[in-house]
Amino acid sequence: MSVTAGAHERIEVEVTVNGVPRAAEVPPRRLLSDFLRHDLRLTGTHVGCEHGVCGACTILLDGAPIRSCLAFAVSVHGRELTTVEGLAADDGTLHPVQAAFQDQHGLQCGYCTPGFVMSACGFLAETTEPDDDEIREGMSGNLCRCTGYAGILAAVKQAAGDLRASGADPRSQHQPEDDAFAGRPGGEHGPAGGDGGGEVPS
Amino acid sequence: MTTRSVGAPVARSEDPRLLRGEGRYLDDLGHDAFQIAMVRSPHAHARVLDIDVSGALEVEGLIAIHTFEDLPPRLQEPLPLLLPHPSLTAGRTQHLLADGEVNHVGEAVVMVTATDRYAAEDAAERILVEYDPLPAVVGPERARAAEHAVHDDVPDNVAAHLEQSIGDAPAAIGAAPNRLRFRLDIERSASTPMEGRGTYARWDGDDERVRLHTSTQAPTSVRAAVAAFLGLQLAQVECIAPDIGGGFGVKIMHPWPEEILVPWAARELGHDVKFTEDRREHFVSANHERAQVHWIDVGFDDDGRVLGLDVEFIHDHGAYIPYGLIVPIITSTQLIGPYKLENYRVVFDSVYTNTTPVSPYRGAGRPQGCFAMERTIDRIAAHLGKDRTEVRSVNFLQPEEMPYDFGLTFQDGRPLRYDSGDFPASLEKLKQLVDWDGFEERRAAAEAEGRLLGIGLATYVEGTGVGPYEGGHVLIEPGGTVQVSTGLSTQGQGHQTVFAQIVADELGVDLADVRVVTGDTRRFPYAVGTFASRAAVMSGNAIHLAARRVREKALRIASEALEVDAEDLELADGQARVVGSPDTAIDLKVVATLSNPLRYAFDESARIATQFANPGKEGQPPVTDDDEPGLEATDYYSPMSSTFANGMHAVEVSVDPDTSDIEVVRYAVVHDCGPLLNPRIVQGQVLGGVAQGVGGALYERMAYDEHGQLQNASFMDFLMPYATEVPSVDIDHLETPSPLNPLGIKGAGEAGVIPGAAAIAAAIEDATGVVIDAMPISPSQLHEQRLTTAQDRPGDTT
Amino acid sequence: MKPSPFAYHAPESVDETLTTLSELGEDGKVLAGGQSLIPLLNMRLAAPPALVDLARVPELDTVEVTAEHVRVPARVTHERLRTHAEATAAIPLLRQALDWVAHPVIRNRGTALGSIVHGDPAGELPALLGLLDGNVELVSTQGRREATADSFLLGPLESDVRPGELARAVVFSRPAPRTGSAFEELARRHGDYAMAGVAVTVTLDPARNVAAARAAFIGVGGTPIGVELTDALSGQAFDALEPGEAIGLARAAIDPTDDIHATASYRRHLAGVLLGRALESAARRAAEDAAAEEGTHT
Ligand SMILES: Cc1cc2nc3c(=O)[nH]c(=O)nc-3n(C[C@H](O)[C@H](O)[C@H](O)COP(=O)(O)OP(=O)(O)OC[C@H]3O[C@@H](n4cnc5c(N)ncnc54)[C@H](O)[C@@H]3O)c2cc1C
Ligand code: FES
Ligand code: FES
Repeated sequence: MSVTAGAHERIEVEVTVNGVPRAAEVPPRRLLSDFLRHDLRLTGTHVGCEHGVCGACTILLDGAPIRSCLAFAVSVHGRELTTVEGLAADDGTLHPVQAAFQDQHGLQCGYCTPGFVMSACGFLAETTEPDDDEIREGMSGNLCRCTGYAGILAAVKQAAGDLRASGADPRSQHQPEDDAFAGRPGGEHGPAGGDGGGEVPS
Repeated sequence: MTTRSVGAPVARSEDPRLLRGEGRYLDDLGHDAFQIAMVRSPHAHARVLDIDVSGALEVEGLIAIHTFEDLPPRLQEPLPLLLPHPSLTAGRTQHLLADGEVNHVGEAVVMVTATDRYAAEDAAERILVEYDPLPAVVGPERARAAEHAVHDDVPDNVAAHLEQSIGDAPAAIGAAPNRLRFRLDIERSASTPMEGRGTYARWDGDDERVRLHTSTQAPTSVRAAVAAFLGLQLAQVECIAPDIGGGFGVKIMHPWPEEILVPWAARELGHDVKFTEDRREHFVSANHERAQVHWIDVGFDDDGRVLGLDVEFIHDHGAYIPYGLIVPIITSTQLIGPYKLENYRVVFDSVYTNTTPVSPYRGAGRPQGCFAMERTIDRIAAHLGKDRTEVRSVNFLQPEEMPYDFGLTFQDGRPLRYDSGDFPASLEKLKQLVDWDGFEERRAAAEAEGRLLGIGLATYVEGTGVGPYEGGHVLIEPGGTVQVSTGLSTQGQGHQTVFAQIVADELGVDLADVRVVTGDTRRFPYAVGTFASRAAVMSGNAIHLAARRVREKALRIASEALEVDAEDLELADGQARVVGSPDTAIDLKVVATLSNPLRYAFDESARIATQFANPGKEGQPPVTDDDEPGLEATDYYSPMSSTFANGMHAVEVSVDPDTSDIEVVRYAVVHDCGPLLNPRIVQGQVLGGVAQGVGGALYERMAYDEHGQLQNASFMDFLMPYATEVPSVDIDHLETPSPLNPLGIKGAGEAGVIPGAAAIAAAIEDATGVVIDAMPISPSQLHEQRLTTAQDRPGDTT
Repeated sequence: MKPSPFAYHAPESVDETLTTLSELGEDGKVLAGGQSLIPLLNMRLAAPPALVDLARVPELDTVEVTAEHVRVPARVTHERLRTHAEATAAIPLLRQALDWVAHPVIRNRGTALGSIVHGDPAGELPALLGLLDGNVELVSTQGRREATADSFLLGPLESDVRPGELARAVVFSRPAPRTGSAFEELARRHGDYAMAGVAVTVTLDPARNVAAARAAFIGVGGTPIGVELTDALSGQAFDALEPGEAIGLARAAIDPTDDIHATASYRRHLAGVLLGRALESAARRAAEDAAAEEGTHT
């Protein structure tokens, strides 16, 4: 159905986010990043520049990574979105890409991390056996100010191997029962391994 | 078994939460808060003649508009000058909103509050400010030329003039057999964390309290500032640093105007208010660093030994000087590096320009100092035709000379006194790591492929763990969880993990049972802040001391309960137990319960505790005079002086002879920050620093035009390196412990960035034969310089 | 950095798009991939009263490859074209150019045609319009017209799309037999707009000597600058090119300016170096193409 709306009119946007149908009424100019963060309160998607350069806002649109700061919510009506919140298993066990980031010290402040993780998921779905140069190129649209990238590149490499071993689609939610390599050393990524962090302000 | 975790590359406990997208950064809070947007000056220097808000009044969602005139008297006062210094004779700081004059592009003039940021920007766009532009002062030299003044009452633009010296440099240079004089430039850059600034305030009218979340490296101090400006008691202000998306120095500046205005507006409006800085405003309204011009005069003997060094420099501190002279003082003192300088004079002017103000960015004056010193050593080597490592060696301070007092005053106001380090050993390691002696072969091979290969190195010494103090609190809850808090905040350094490691080892508990909270004044109200690579040293040691006290108390209570000597007990696996007979044991959670004599047994630990409960000593109350309930302790660490970490980097670059494109092909780091609490975290800090060093050397520069307009206020044009621009790095560590603190550690947060520009400049010079005396450098600049150098030859001059 | 308000239209067909655009006139702006337009909106450097989003017009999705042409309609993203086996086999320069465009994530959304309409002087695709004798198909309720590079690319960020018009597709001509191509550029960072870049095509005669050659430069003028190099190179053996004269011609033809990333004189120098490299690879590929063709004929 075609849509027409005045500048201040609100339009119902329906999307599937991480497999769950979600909807909100927003004006045409609402950026997809703000829609996710503030209308749907999925704040895992971060915003670092709002002009398309940093990649912090990267999410998957129908399985392909895009910048959510360079799209309007109204433009993605009816489509499927995946955000960083949609990767870990229901019990909190980290997705192989997330787990690899922890194993390889691929994050420090964590602000760029959701964007890198989503870019990596999109990249690894397309390139299952990347070499080091391809990984560098594949991750080259995201800025990180903390890590110097070494841990990130190592994480993507590890994840590529782990995903090949399990055969899982990196763009879908982690299913721990499929996890042929659970229990490997350093692979303790369940809820117990986490949550040592500080108090979360409410 | 509880294994010792300090020193192990433990995976970070903060990661799973952040990886699942469950972090709570500033803008993740307060979805229903009003949002502010600032009308910011488009001029570098102008008088504000008139502000017409009428066009904005109709904007849907507008809540309030405030100009300077609308602020109460206390908020019309300028921001505090945080670090006064006797030589800072003309210190000027900014107002929360411009008071009739703007001094840099991006200075806040009007504050708009609206229901969301979209509406706030709509209104801000419709506010018409009439300006009378004034001449802009841009660049340190134009500032000192003083054709125009930034502030009318500082006609020479000089805020401070400071001279320090050891021995008699001019005389030593005059008498030296060799002498060189030259100029060295470093341009402006900035911390540029991926998350900008942000502040969110909730005013609780019933309790008359404000709760402030702010993306800061100094929450306790922001709290004090808010209390002072808002006329509140400290007890009425809570300040919390939530997850922070990077700081790198810029978030140590405080209070930002918004950190005062947001809580004030929340109280005025009786509604939550939030400020989330966007990237464009971050470029012009969050502080920068690095711009300095240096003039070097050096005398040396035929071995390359520096006999006298005289350095004059101008430090461009921008439009205001809220953070005092920290940056140029660090340059002055840390320029010396690992060398034994006996005749050294350094003089600087810190000048006003109509550009964004300056406060420390990771490295804080050290990259400039390192650039000045290391380029000087390279010049000496070139002049004498000697290997650059040899000239460094003859100048090194030797390990047996430690501790060494230079007779200068460091940034903390204390004597500049190196406590530890073994520079010859570091250099040896570096030469191995990068295969320094095999370089000429690699150069020849590259030449055969049509590439120019060059190698360079740079060394530095970094004063870390600057005082005055930090504190730590450790508490074992009756449930067994260990709660740890410290006042300073964290921006990705893995403090939660490292501090938990320290506590877990001391108390013999599992890492997963330790919860660390940083930067929350509700939990720990005393702190200085996260800067100068001090958090691990200061808070780490404070927490270590506090944990030790808790340990002692636990042992005492356990020994009473088990009726054994405390000496015979150990803490392990969450228990206090008899060494050699682990069956005689008591759980720490039971000890915790015992420490707090309660009447009521409402859980399992309490029930167990009752079996040990002793009725107290006869004739004494249940809690004795020298005791307190609770298995907890607070302690502070306050060092006599800073502890000095050091390191050396070597770099190989490949230059395309046709395009002058520069590629870093090899990067080696030797780093000495004492014993490593967590090698993977230290390594991460170094790697992150190196990337910023590469950025500062080849890509990042705040490009102001002569009118004071920042021409590259976006990530499109301010070129932070992507993964494709950062080389792989080889790291080796030397661990000479600091004698100054119980853990023997030295700071590691800034080291990686310091020698980047110096080492890369040296490598480019080595590859191309062009003297590199200004950084950063682009292919275009290198190309032009190679052309000029080619024209100048063969009459080579140094 | 939030966009100003705009009215929003998401038509479902090309016809409806044209009616909407015609009603909106000057007020309407097409939203394709948004990778250039939305940054401008977010920074409020542009504030069109109404956007006409192509998000719901699937009829603009299909790349067509014929014996003469490759036709790329308005919704085809950089990435889809870059990985379109048939199109890139027909015109290898498409892939060679698109490899340089931005980063993979941007390419997933930005459109090839949008890039030409946007007309960034350092954009890669606008250079192909002239070099590959391309046409932009422009349609409105009033009818249809075609525009060539010369008439369409008017200046930096300026192209000849008139009020009410939709750029429906861009059509590139397939190269003559025995043609090779190459794209060379140098950017400050990987994926950035280039300081200078050049696309070239070299066609060989059956003896493997140059029969025709041309180049289009980016980043060194307000629009891509095409340079005819046939005279400077014709008759030269593909593996022993002497590009000096061609480089001289090119350096004289381009019109670079200074900016914070590079001086004009560096750009001029760089463009020449890149041309030399591109000619060499293009000539080599042309020879490969010739060999392959002979292979199929014998
Ligand atoms: C970080 C980043 C890096 C980039 N790097 C590069 C690079 O290296 N090289 C490069 O070439 N590009 C680069 N781009 C731009 C990218 O290629 C854009 O996709 C492209 O320039 C525009 O395509 P679009 O579909 O996104 O157009 P939009 O942004 O949707 O539109 C751009 C303009 O064209 C108009 N328009 C678009 N399609 C039509 C149509 N069918 N009919 C009429 N008008 C139309 C719009 O109205 C608008 O004015 C980069 C972008 C970003 C964010
Ligand atoms: S926030 Fe979207 S790319 Fe930076
Ligand atoms: S981890 Fe901080 S920006 Fe990447």
